[in-house]
Amino acid sequence: MKAFLKFDYNQLTKKILEDKLTSLGYKFSILGFGEIEFHENVPEDKIEELRNDFLNYGITIIENQKSVLVQKIKDAIHEMVYGEEVLNVKVSVYLAEKLDHSYGYLSNLFSDITFTSIENYVIIQKIEFAKQLILNNKLSLTEIAFRLNYSSVAHLSTQFKNTTGITPSAFQRIILKRREKNQ
Amino acid sequence: MEKDYIHILLADDDEDDRLFFTDAFDELKMKTKVQTYNDGVELMEYLKSENSVLPHVLFLDLNMPKKNGIECLHEIKADKRFDDIAIAIYSTSSSEEHIEETFVNGANIYIKKPNDFNTLKKVLSDVVTINWQYHTSGLNKDNFLLRM
Repeated sequence: MKAFLKFDYNQLTKKILEDKLTSLGYKFSILGFGEIEFHENVPEDKIEELRNDFLNYGITIIENQKSVLVQKIKDAIHEMVYGEEVLNVKVSVYLAEKLDHSYGYLSNLFSDITFTSIENYVIIQKIEFAKQLILNNKLSLTEIAFRLNYSSVAHLSTQFKNTTGITPSAFQRIILKRREKNQ
Repeated sequence: MEKDYIHILLADDDEDDRLFFTDAFDELKMKTKVQTYNDGVELMEYLKSENSVLPHVLFLDLNMPKKNGIECLHEIKADKRFDDIAIAIYSTSSSEEHIEETFVNGANIYIKKPNDFNTLKKVLSDVVTINWQYHTSGLNKDNFLLRM
């Protein structure tokens, strides 16, 4: 039998961080997504230990300020795409307000560090979410298009094809065949 | 992140194609390190050697002497050590059946070899860019399929 899972990444990460840091005896607060404040000074070698430990969970402690901001942009985009409510604001407005920098600045910084543009990154994230929803098999493509704020199912299909080179139905067929084969 | 570079391997028996490929990467703005192999046997020997540095992306030509791309794909997919490598099939064939089969067998990317240098540069740049997002943004590699 199979069970389908849905993750709340926000809660998942928060819970891991809380459990881990509490068990190690740290006093801390979690400030929103992707930021922790320690209530005491943590020596560099302890941070190094945490860094290695966290890597097992796919959590990276970021050093460089630019990388921190890029990560905040990514988190904000993730929240926007995966969030429960369908947001009708433009990505540029949303990011500029949320991160309190001009969009021009954010956009240049993002391209420098990630090799891709914010616009392109949003599309990649939306298509990734569409893939998950397609494989979950709970929603029709029309419903998925609505959920991801596309104007029509044709628009979603076209963007899916442009981004991946294959159609949503071919994608579903290939992954299902692959799973069957690996069982 | 500034120190990071993208590590790329190519196995292709055609010398011109290998040269084209490395030249294309030289002209891209991304920091890359490209190693090439002349056939599947050489490639697999490198991957399985103890000190091998595993690449982020591996480009496999389908038609190679001694060991072809499909054989390499099967070997790589059967070995857990290589789970994190994105595999790009790099071929002159564009048969639908063929393409779907390589995807089902675990390839992530299928590239029909372009005929001119500028298209090649564009295609490789797109492939490496999107692969980099999978690598750095925790996207699910199981769902990574890309056809160019």
